[in-house]
Amino acid sequence: MTITVIIINGFVFLCLLVSIIKDKNKTLQALKIGVISFMRLLPTVFSIIFLIGLLLTFTPESLISKIIGNHTGFSGLFIASLLGAVMHIPAIVAFPLSASLLKNGASLAAVAAFITTLTMIGFVTLPLEIKEMGKKFALLRNSISFIIAIFIAIIIGGVL
Amino acid sequence: MSNSKMSKKKKEVVRDLIIFTVLFLGTTILIIVFPDKKQSIFNTSWHFLIEMIIILPAVMILVGLFTIWIPKETIAKYLGKSSGIKGVLLAFIFGALPTGPLYIAFPMAGSLLKKGASISNIVIFLSAWACIKIPQEMVELQFLGFKFMITRLVLTIIFVLIMALFIQKIYHNSEYKKGETSNENI
Repeated sequence: MTITVIIINGFVFLCLLVSIIKDKNKTLQALKIGVISFMRLLPTVFSIIFLIGLLLTFTPESLISKIIGNHTGFSGLFIASLLGAVMHIPAIVAFPLSASLLKNGASLAAVAAFITTLTMIGFVTLPLEIKEMGKKFALLRNSISFIIAIFIAIIIGGVL
Repeated sequence: MSNSKMSKKKKEVVRDLIIFTVLFLGTTILIIVFPDKKQSIFNTSWHFLIEMIIILPAVMILVGLFTIWIPKETIAKYLGKSSGIKGVLLAFIFGALPTGPLYIAFPMAGSLLKKGASISNIVIFLSAWACIKIPQEMVELQFLGFKFMITRLVLTIIFVLIMALFIQKIYHNSEYKKGETSNENI
């Protein structure tokens, strides 16, 4: 049990307690939503878990570090950003995946780029964004987000 | 409308289950072909599964709590009315609250924009929703550590602000100025 796990669970437990005191029915509804979202995410969680097991076992460290490692410079960042932009996986499972990439030779900057584009940019949701927000807005937001991700990654690579 | 949404959800469940099955079978086959790799695959997967399972229920309960206690309507009400620094802050906070996936946010943002919310606040709201959601930050903390999480968070907030102002400027410079600024309340 790390301190992180204790803090997260403790914080949610407190929220739950406050919620129960305020309104039992609402809390029950909330728990129901929580359980449903959890079940809904489970197949994806297990998929990622298997993927990580295979990734860490079968791809040699040298391969990952050759593509998105510390010495790949801008091209590594660009590839990681591109991957994040086109992939469509829930952010929550992207973090263990990123941690496994990091373990296997990816650079911090590349991982930061990957996570940032993955969450900010959505090719799959782009049609919906265009429909609701207009073409100009959607294209501007997504393309600037891509540039932002690279800036964030470069700074993280420099600072951490 | 709700019918097509239901079938879309069902399709997504089926898709996720298919992906899971493929990965499960693939792993099984690989273990049969490379029996010596079994231990490594098992150990790695097990490690990450445990790391996941000890925080995921809590994170999901938090999502449920916020979905119930802070409904969409509340967010729309406050965000539509606020401007200035207060508006920026609220856009960040409401975006970051753990309440559902991005495709819920787009229709909300669209209707807020039509009601006269500023472009910059909408950009902040959507970006915060996508990128700095509290449940995501929790899982990021768990897997990538405090230093990484907090640095990326701070940088994201700064750059999202810059992007918001930039997009706002583009909109102002070119086409229709959304005239409704009469309800500023700062």
